[in-house]
Amino acid sequence: MSTSAAGAGGDESADDEPPFSAAGPGVDQPGAQRYAERWAREVASCGYVPTSTAENRRQMLAHTVRLAEAVLAEPFTPQPGYEVGRALVEAHLTGPDVLDRSVRALGERFRRVVLPDLPEPVATPRIAALQGTLSAGFAGALRQRTLGQQERIAQSVLEARDRVERALRDSEARFRAVFVDAAIGIGIADIDGQIVDVNPAFAELLGYSIAELREINVAALFHPDDAAGMWELYQELIEGKQDAVRVEKRYYRKDGSAVWTDLAVSLIRHDDGRPRFTVAMVEDITERHELQQRLRYQALHDPLTGLPNRTLFFDRLGELFATGAPDDRVGICFLDLDGFKAVNDSLGHDLGDNLLVTVARRLADCVAEQGHLVARMGGDEFVILIDHNAGCRAVKAVADLALAAVAEPVQVGEHRLSVSASIGVVSGPLATTSVAELMKAADVTLYWAKAEGRSRWVSYDPARRAREQTRSALIAGMSTALQRGEFMVEYQPIVTLADEAICAVEALVRWRHPELGLLGPDGFIGLAEETGLIVELGRWVLTRACEAASRWHREFPDARLVISVNLAARQARDPAVVGTVSDVLRQTGLPADLLQLELTESAVMATAGEPLPALRRLAALGVRLAIDDFGTGYSNLAYLRRLPIHNLKLAGPFVEGIRSSDRQGLVDGRIVDALVRLAHALGLTVTAEAVETPGQADQLRALGCDAAQGRYFAAPAPEGEITRWLTARAERRRDRVT
Amino acid sequence: MRLPDGLPADIDLTRPSAARVYDYFLGGAHNFEIDRQLAEQIAGMTPNLAETMRAGRAFLRRGVRMLVDEGIDQFLDIGSGIPTVGNVHEVAQALNPAARIAYVDIDPVAVAHSRSILAGNEHTGVIHADLREPERILAEAEKLGVIDLRRPVAVLLAGVVHFIPDSDDPQRILATLRAGTVPGSYLLISHSTYEDQPPEMLDAQRLSARTSTEITLRSRAEITAFFGDFTLVEPGVVHMPLWRPDEPTDPGEHPERLGAFGGVGRHDRDAG
Repeated sequence: MSTSAAGAGGDESADDEPPFSAAGPGVDQPGAQRYAERWAREVASCGYVPTSTAENRRQMLAHTVRLAEAVLAEPFTPQPGYEVGRALVEAHLTGPDVLDRSVRALGERFRRVVLPDLPEPVATPRIAALQGTLSAGFAGALRQRTLGQQERIAQSVLEARDRVERALRDSEARFRAVFVDAAIGIGIADIDGQIVDVNPAFAELLGYSIAELREINVAALFHPDDAAGMWELYQELIEGKQDAVRVEKRYYRKDGSAVWTDLAVSLIRHDDGRPRFTVAMVEDITERHELQQRLRYQALHDPLTGLPNRTLFFDRLGELFATGAPDDRVGICFLDLDGFKAVNDSLGHDLGDNLLVTVARRLADCVAEQGHLVARMGGDEFVILIDHNAGCRAVKAVADLALAAVAEPVQVGEHRLSVSASIGVVSGPLATTSVAELMKAADVTLYWAKAEGRSRWVSYDPARRAREQTRSALIAGMSTALQRGEFMVEYQPIVTLADEAICAVEALVRWRHPELGLLGPDGFIGLAEETGLIVELGRWVLTRACEAASRWHREFPDARLVISVNLAARQARDPAVVGTVSDVLRQTGLPADLLQLELTESAVMATAGEPLPALRRLAALGVRLAIDDFGTGYSNLAYLRRLPIHNLKLAGPFVEGIRSSDRQGLVDGRIVDALVRLAHALGLTVTAEAVETPGQADQLRALGCDAAQGRYFAAPAPEGEITRWLTARAERRRDRVT
Repeated sequence: MRLPDGLPADIDLTRPSAARVYDYFLGGAHNFEIDRQLAEQIAGMTPNLAETMRAGRAFLRRGVRMLVDEGIDQFLDIGSGIPTVGNVHEVAQALNPAARIAYVDIDPVAVAHSRSILAGNEHTGVIHADLREPERILAEAEKLGVIDLRRPVAVLLAGVVHFIPDSDDPQRILATLRAGTVPGSYLLISHSTYEDQPPEMLDAQRLSARTSTEITLRSRAEITAFFGDFTLVEPGVVHMPLWRPDEPTDPGEHPERLGAFGGVGRHDRDAG
């Protein structure tokens, strides 16, 4: 039997203990096998069978035998039916149809297939009883199982909830610990701004108790210094348009003191995204902020006087240019103490510093009401920025105030110091200048104020600046110009008034400036004298002029054309001047009496009112000497008498004057008359300059003037032009002779 | 709301749970009215579904037996649900009492239930985790002291991968799990499919959206790809009843009617 059971169970049950040891007499073993197989198949179709097909069949065979034995047992008891019913449930054969199939199989075919030998009258009631107990056992077990599973799943739900809650509690506890112990202040507020909770750090930061803060709305924490737009950002946050905002914010503590914080506010939303809470994290950055402020202050202020320093000044000025309208005016007074170095040197730096502090305070006070920025630029330089779109007059008024403030004597220690200052005043519309130009102008103007005698203000003059700039450019370019051959010499004829014949030419230097064009001597000779270049330039002109004159003399010996060359004061005082002139005469072969040197009255006079010693030595060379621009300087007539002078050149203004017929013209006419008489009395000839009209020429002739030059006769011309005139005249004479 | 570990923190009994619906289909009573209503509704539309679930359970049982026979004694059962009966530990430990099993589920109730029925079974453990975090599952399994990933392990994914939509990159998840095993390990997958299926299957899929997660039906090729470079054991990825049936007649005439493929792959030394 066990072998047949094993055979029915297939190879899987080969190792298994036989599930039943003996079927009683009357059990048809193959029938039981068949019954069990069909039963197993039927229950398998009713629901999930957690075991293998073979195992299931093996179990059903065991139940079949069990039930058959029960039917046969004497005395009969239906108890095994319970057990089989319960066993079905325990094997998880719990589908509703399992009971149906099982009960029906018992009734329909159990006796016939499994117990064919048992008389029906015996079998039927017993099988019916087993049907009942199997059903009851199945139902009871199923009920137990269902209740058990229901209880277990309900319990599992509770446990899962417990676990979640525990996790939440743990999480809450962790966050609570973070919240409570955090060094950073944390506050939670609802969307209306009502504070819900704060941690001790937050409460401590603001000097309130936690309970007090829970009564407060965040709007009450407003501070007038709050950054622009901060509350708008907060509004966007609680409207859900922002998720986080970070600003530096100042709070009032409960005691009224202020605390600077780094504030980060985040939005917490409902699950559906609606804003729910804001969480603020605040960190006290008061110290950092104050340090920053201090550093910023230090970076922008002068430690000695406490005034804004040049950095701050330039910041403000730059800001003005960046934000102002083009028409807005800006003004500055650039102030420098006069003679401060002397104070420092004689009284020591400490007293000097004290003086600076006093001056700084006075300057700050004198414009304090007007709100102008007073800065110390360094040393004893201060600047006042007038940025209220002030006009010229207002800026000058500030300069007056500043001068007055400085002028008040200063008590420094035991010394009572009277100091003054010079100020460069610049003002104008923003559009016309720049920071750099403005400062340069102020610097230049301050220099003018110093140059004009200090203790004053001078207003910027762009034309003057332009002149100075041109001057500087000329000075800078002059020495290379000589090397580059930018200079040239032209010659203006001088005629004898009696016959208007050329008797001489005046050499006039020209500068063909690469940028400024052709410059006359007035444009640069003065500069050349200042720089000393006049010596070199003068020698060059003298050489060129004498070379030309020498050529004319060789070509037109009868003309006896005199070359008249200007000798500047500085040249005349040059110890080498006599040597230079004699060298040039020798090199060019020009007879000395054909060279006339023109000196101004001031050049003739050396220091201490003595005539220049070189004059006599020049005269000794045989060179003619003329006094240029006679009548404009201070002539010592006594010396004039004794000097080896040959010619006086009347200054242009007298000649110009005699042109007019008014009273001034009359006066000038008399002066010229007197000068001519004087010159003739001294045995000198007179040459009038700048003759422009025939009237002038006639009058000069009538007054007895010997010679004249001017545009009326001829403008300065190149050497070749003069040569052509000379040639033409020589031909005319030849014609006359022949 | 979510817990710090990222798992859902609410136990919402107003929504059916996939684990409890499954339990009901297997004849269990670990379920509530809401679960049973949905189960009946699904069953009403697709009569085969209950059978599919039973077949899936039977496939798992046959697979575990085969794995124990191959010497595997550690099982990582991901998506274990509510182990009503015929659980992996029951099947495996019946054959090898020393077999170790770690159950993993995302459903906190299923996890609690597993803990309760496994109390006292020291070779087992339960992990509350999401399949979408395979690294975490592997780490927790080792931490639990149940699974030693330095030794061969069987990773069981019975009826769970179809809960992962393509947007959650199931291939990456599978690759991570495969990479977490040593050669000699196995991977078991059963997965719903639309291949060879009548239209009502798709309706059932829609209905399943009413549980916590929706089902993504996939082709045999897609499911086969989940095994990556593992070697599929005979008979490969097939309709579940066809996978090593207890008896040749068990699959019946239309094994495809159950709408799910099953397969087992082995991590071979040269493949790893």
